[in-house]
Amino acid sequence: MLTVDNISKKFSGFNLDKVSFNVEKGDYFILLGESGAGKSMLLEIIAGLVNPESGSIFLEGKDITRERIQDRKIGLVFQDYAIFPHLSVRENIAYSLSGTKLTHLQKKENVQSTAEQLGIADLLHRKPSTLSGGELQRVALARTMIQQPQLLLLDEPLASLDTLIKADLRSMLRKIHRNGQTILHVTHDYEEAISLGNKIAVIDNGKIIQEGTPEEVFRFPKSEFVAHFVGVKNFFKGKLTRENKSTYALIDNRVRIRVETDEDAEEGYLAIRSEDIFLSKEMMQSSALNNFQGKVVEIIPASTGVEVILDIGLRIHALVTRESINTLGIKEGSELWIHFKATAVRFIKA
Amino acid sequence: MKKIFSLQHVFLLLGALILLFILAPMLGMILKTSPVSLFETAKEKEVRDSIWLTIWTSMAGTLIFAVAAIPLSYLLVRKKFHFKKLVTGIIDLPVVIPHSAAGIAILGFVSRDSIMGKIGSAVGLNFVGNPAGITIAMAFVSIPYLINAARDGFAGVPERTEKAALTLGATPVRVFFTISLPLAWRNIVSGLILMFARGMSEFGAVIMVAYHPMITPILIFERFGSFGLKYARPVSVLFILISLSLFVVLRSLAKEKEDE
Repeated sequence: MLTVDNISKKFSGFNLDKVSFNVEKGDYFILLGESGAGKSMLLEIIAGLVNPESGSIFLEGKDITRERIQDRKIGLVFQDYAIFPHLSVRENIAYSLSGTKLTHLQKKENVQSTAEQLGIADLLHRKPSTLSGGELQRVALARTMIQQPQLLLLDEPLASLDTLIKADLRSMLRKIHRNGQTILHVTHDYEEAISLGNKIAVIDNGKIIQEGTPEEVFRFPKSEFVAHFVGVKNFFKGKLTRENKSTYALIDNRVRIRVETDEDAEEGYLAIRSEDIFLSKEMMQSSALNNFQGKVVEIIPASTGVEVILDIGLRIHALVTRESINTLGIKEGSELWIHFKATAVRFIKA
Repeated sequence: MKKIFSLQHVFLLLGALILLFILAPMLGMILKTSPVSLFETAKEKEVRDSIWLTIWTSMAGTLIFAVAAIPLSYLLVRKKFHFKKLVTGIIDLPVVIPHSAAGIAILGFVSRDSIMGKIGSAVGLNFVGNPAGITIAMAFVSIPYLINAARDGFAGVPERTEKAALTLGATPVRVFFTISLPLAWRNIVSGLILMFARGMSEFGAVIMVAYHPMITPILIFERFGSFGLKYARPVSVLFILISLSLFVVLRSLAKEKEDE
């Protein structure tokens, strides 16, 4: 539905360099990258606020590269919300409706139902200065959603909110997506990317360096940057099960990992940092609840220590020191025990 | 050694002297004017006409020139263009040049043999010695106050807010009138009030263009020249009182609207 084709733009501080990607109808597409990678600029180009130097943008097959902002059917929610401070919440939400052919009553109903959908119906008479960050974000979403955009662009929508409200808004965004809204969401937070996106493109230095499903991107990072940026090489999709008050995640119907999580979700992703995994020759008693025996399949020198890849039914990456390699006499094919704490496993609801 | 005066005390004293410097001449003038003479002066048709003329010419100048000055302020904030510094300098020109010189310049600009003068004559309007000329002279010297205040106002409107409105389908015209202008309104209003006040108090430029009909600053000058201090004083006090109350009313009206 959205095709970004070879977009380039020079800007003070950074460049966008021949950026191309495709968003399909119904996608929740995440553009993941560090701040300053040019993500927001890209959104502004797609929305038409900034003109690219070269390249084209197609929406539903139509070239909109030079189309006027107000004629594109694209909604953009800014990182700082950009709520109109002199208008009430109701007037903010209704802003895009004036000039449409709707009657006064239809407009009113429209505002009411959009506000209800976003849980801000009781705030309609309020002035923006009296609202909290989370409420402002909802107003910004409502104001954009009411136009029924073909594509919704979100610029770091959760960045400046605290944890509790973040969780709330995440589920709200999921709901909006489930209702059929195609979303392109820009973030620097990989958890956000995993928990919301069905497709992720990683952008670095103005270039898309990897694109795929969350699993593809996180399990098989294509470059040092992605691996470093996402920070986890042990990344699995799993199902939660509970037995005797303990929570386990079952991966590929083969390996069962003890996890600690409050999430009551069934499915999600597990991330274990390779630094958190330690190795031993014999099974040992420790506070680690996850103990597996496996075979070393590969040993790769890394910038900090050595990466050992073991097969325990899953491929697990462990980062250890050179000294440990020598003391334990680790070679390809060695049988080793791996240990990690349940609390070292990060479960992210999908 | 024990410190008797702190820096704050010294500053307070200096500040009090400045306040006294401003207030003392005014109070002196007001105290030397009897209520009876003030009342008598207010009854004179010449005085009343001149005060009314001063108010409406300045008001007209402010409103007419605001139509172009406000968009210019917006351009100065939002657009990048060559010679922007030069344009800003030109705008401040009326503030820095002597106003009598400005009056001579305007007189040359609107006199009968100038282009403006000829255009005026064609529609039966003679600027020299006419309220229209007074309005132009007042606007000339006071317009920088409006432009600069409005510019500060527009500079305070985040560009993102305007962009957000554009993505919501609004045309640039609608964005200007529903977002930029209302958000800069507080500064624009104080700019308008300032321009109006500055226009009302103008003497040097106006006297070159129109001695008659007589605006109050010129009437005060004339009474002083012909009859002396004693006769100039009641008109001055009356004019000051009316000007002050006008600005208090305007300010509070503007504030009330803001608080709504």
